[in-house]
Amino acid sequence: MLGSFAVLRKQSLLGDAISHAALPGIAIAFLITGAKDTNTLLLGALVSGLIGTFWIRGIITKTHLKSDTALGLILSLFFGFGMLLLTFIQKQPNANQAGLDKYLFGQAATLVERDVWMMAIVTGICLIVMLTFWKEFKILLFDADYTKTLGFNTKTIDILITSFIVLAIVLGLQTVGVVLMSAMLLAPAAAARQWTNSLSVMVFLAAIFGAFSGVFGTAISATQNNLSTGPVIVLVASVFVVFSFVFSPSRGLLFKQIRFIKNRRDLELHKTLAFMYHIAESHENISHPHTVRLLNNFQGYTKSTLQKLVDKQYVELNGNMWNLTKKGFETAANLYTKQTTDDE
Amino acid sequence: MKQEIAVKVDDLTVAYNYKPVLWDIDLEIPEGVLMAIVGPNGAGKSTLIKAILGILKPIAGSISIYGKPYEDQRKLVAYVPQKGSVDWDFPTTALDVVMMGTYGSLGWIKRPGQKQKKAALEALEKVGMLPFKNRQISQLSGGQQQRIFLARALVQDASIYFMDEPFQGVDASTEIAIINILKALRKAGKTVIVVHHDLQTVPEYFDWVTFLNVKKIATGPVKDIFNDDNLTKTYGINYKVSIQE
Repeated sequence: MLGSFAVLRKQSLLGDAISHAALPGIAIAFLITGAKDTNTLLLGALVSGLIGTFWIRGIITKTHLKSDTALGLILSLFFGFGMLLLTFIQKQPNANQAGLDKYLFGQAATLVERDVWMMAIVTGICLIVMLTFWKEFKILLFDADYTKTLGFNTKTIDILITSFIVLAIVLGLQTVGVVLMSAMLLAPAAAARQWTNSLSVMVFLAAIFGAFSGVFGTAISATQNNLSTGPVIVLVASVFVVFSFVFSPSRGLLFKQIRFIKNRRDLELHKTLAFMYHIAESHENISHPHTVRLLNNFQGYTKSTLQKLVDKQYVELNGNMWNLTKKGFETAANLYTKQTTDDE
Repeated sequence: MKQEIAVKVDDLTVAYNYKPVLWDIDLEIPEGVLMAIVGPNGAGKSTLIKAILGILKPIAGSISIYGKPYEDQRKLVAYVPQKGSVDWDFPTTALDVVMMGTYGSLGWIKRPGQKQKKAALEALEKVGMLPFKNRQISQLSGGQQQRIFLARALVQDASIYFMDEPFQGVDASTEIAIINILKALRKAGKTVIVVHHDLQTVPEYFDWVTFLNVKKIATGPVKDIFNDDNLTKTYGINYKVSIQE
C-alpha cells in the first residue's frame, strides 16, 4: 500500500535500504535489553531504520552523490554493521541469543497473536493518516515545487510519508525478513501500476495484491513441511508482478504486442488495397482483371493479405487473375481521400 | 497615474554552490504588466522566479508582494512550472491536475468538493481542454500538458502569475491560445511574469521586459528598452532584432 508512494517517487530502493538499515537496530536492542521481546526489537529496528533514512536524505542533499549511490552506501554500511553485531551476539554466553537471525529471512510461524494485533493496529493508523493527508501526499508526489508555492510545508509531508514507509517495513521484518522486505513493499505496487491510471485505485489494488500474496504464500508454505513462509510470500507477489506485466490490458506486454501486430496488418491491408486501387484506376472498367504477379513488386503484399481482401469481398480472385469489386473500389477510394485529408 | 508595485525584489543573490547564479538583483514590477524575462541559458531566469516564490532559499535579499513579505501573500500568487519538471506518467487525470490548483486555498486536510471541481472545469474550458478532462496525463501532447499547467494556475485565481517557459516545445496553435489567455489576464488587471526564450516575439507578446544575465541588465517597457544595446549587453553578441510596433 505504502509501496505505491515509494514506486511513484522513484525511490524504490529506499525500501531495501531501510530494511537493511533496521538490522543493527534489532541487534543493539537485543544487546541492551538482553531479551527477545518483539516490541523492543522492532523499536530498535524502527529507530535505526529512521536514522538510516535521514542519513540517506542528508547525503543526497548535502553532497553531489546520486541517490542510488547514497542508498547503496547506507544499505551496505548498516547491513554490514548489523551482521557484525549478530555474529558478536552469537558468541555470547546467553541462552536467549538463538533465533535473532529469523529477522534476516523472516519467519511468519513465530508470529503470535499479539504481533498480529499490533500489525493490524499500525496498519489501521497508516490507513487513517493516508486518507487524511491524501491530497497532500498526492500533490507532493506529483509536483513538489508547486506544492511549496501553494504554502504547504513540503518537508512535513515528506517526513510523514517516509516515516510511514519505514514503519511499514519494520513491521514486515518479522514476517519476510530484512533481505526480502523490499520485494514485499514494491511488488504489489509495481503490479498495481500496470492495471490502472488512477492513484487511488493503484493504492487500493496494491493493498489487495499484498494481502493476497500474504494469504496465499502462507497457505502454500503451510501445506509443505520445509517451506519457510517469507520467501513463498515474496514469490507469490512476484507472480502477480509477472502476470501484470504481461497481461494488463493497457500497459501489458502481451496486449501491446498484439495491438502492434494488428495495426501493422491493418496498414498492410490498406496499403495493398490502395495499390490495387491505383492499378484498377488506370482502366476504365474497375473490375478489369489483372495478374497477381503485378502485386509481387509491392512490398507488404502477401498471399494472406490478398486472401483477407477476398474474404472482405473487396477483391475477386480467378486463378492468377484478380479484380477489384465495386465495394473494394469504393472502400479504397474513401481510404485514399481519408488519408490525404489526414495528412493536411 | 501612479502604478502600484506588484513585486519588489531587493538585493537578491542566489547561489547553488560557490558561483552565484543571481547577483544583487533589484527589480520592481508594476501591477498590470505582461512581462518577459529574457536572457541566455544559465542566466538565472528560472532561478529568479523560484527564488521569488520561495522554492529556493536566497543567500541574501528580500522579496515583497504588494508591500508585504511573500509568505503573507501566497494566495495572490500563482505559478506555472516548467513542463519538464514533473513525471507525466504519474497515475492521474487532467482534471485532477487542475484541481491541484485549489489545494492552496483549501489548506491542510480539507478535501476538494463541488465548488473546486466547478472552478477546475471552468479553467479547463478557458484553455480549450475540456474534452480531455478525463484523459490520463501521459496521453496528452506536450502542448496539451502545458495548457493543463496553465489551467491549474488559473484555478488559483491569483493577482500575479509566474510562468516558467510556457511556450517551450508547443505548437503554433497552443502558443496562440496561451498568449491570448495571458493577454486576457493582463486586461483583467493581473500581473503576468513569463520566462521567455524567443526574442522575436517579445515586442509582439509583451509590454514590459527584463534583461537578465546573472545581474539585471535592464528592466522597463518594451518600447523603451528592447533595443540592440541591451540585447548585446545581455547576450554578449550583437543580436539583431527588428522591433515592430
